[in-house]
Amino acid sequence: MSLPGFPDAMPLEGFVGGLLIGLAAAIMLLGSGRIAGISGIAARAFGLAKSDQPVPIAWFFLIGLLIGALLIDTFVAPIQSTFPSSPALLIAGGLIVGFGTRMGSGCTSGHGVCGLSRLSPRSLFATATFIASGMVTVAITNMFGWTW
Amino acid sequence: MRQPTISLLSGSLFGGGLAISGMMDPKRVRGFLDIFGAWDPTLAFVMGGAILVMAVAWLWQRRLSKPVFAAEFSLPATQLIDRKLIGGAILFGVGWGLAGLCPGPAIGALIIEPVYAALFIGCMLVGMALHRLAKL
Repeated sequence: MSLPGFPDAMPLEGFVGGLLIGLAAAIMLLGSGRIAGISGIAARAFGLAKSDQPVPIAWFFLIGLLIGALLIDTFVAPIQSTFPSSPALLIAGGLIVGFGTRMGSGCTSGHGVCGLSRLSPRSLFATATFIASGMVTVAITNMFGWTW
Repeated sequence: MRQPTISLLSGSLFGGGLAISGMMDPKRVRGFLDIFGAWDPTLAFVMGGAILVMAVAWLWQRRLSKPVFAAEFSLPATQLIDRKLIGGAILFGVGWGLAGLCPGPAIGALIIEPVYAALFIGCMLVGMALHRLAKL
């Protein structure tokens, strides 16, 4: 399904995937009583965060994430993906995302999905801020021709 | 035994959702942030679907005295909007815009772009470790 005016958009696939992501976060909340915040879970898995979540439980989530992606890629449709051609963008992006998500206590999953749906003012503020700063960053990188 | 199962199930659904929705494509995510260029609104539909389900889950959560498979809820209690939150969110947005990747999609993308995804994740972990050392 396509959206008039936006030839590349995948509204239906996006919405269905979003429902699955919401279900994932709901199972974590109602089953384990925790936020499905991936920056926190990743930090916990690698011993970079203090939490009462046992490290193996964090690993189970990350392994699940790979299994879910693999199942879709194998049985539903091959995952389309275009990465930046410049490793420098991945290196700089990775370093800044790692530092920023720890400093700001969350990323798109924790603040964006779990926090917004909880009507948390803190998460609303964080989400609006990182989307705005992402938009500014993309606009600036476009000016320098750092695109792909 | 139930905690690992919940984690594995939640992770799998999350990974599947990211894969179906096109969010493991850094170009598409960058497209959402490219409002002055060829804007791609897909990410808004993903957020909408996820928030819809999670809003119901939060309503349900209020009626539970404890999670179904754990002794107690372990949820963020802080309401503070401080410099750490603002600075961290600004930085995260910059990195997100540069690479078109946030932590979840980067990890899932290991199955399709192992080298590039691992490079991003490795640097992300270094960034996390630096934050820990900086004690911010």
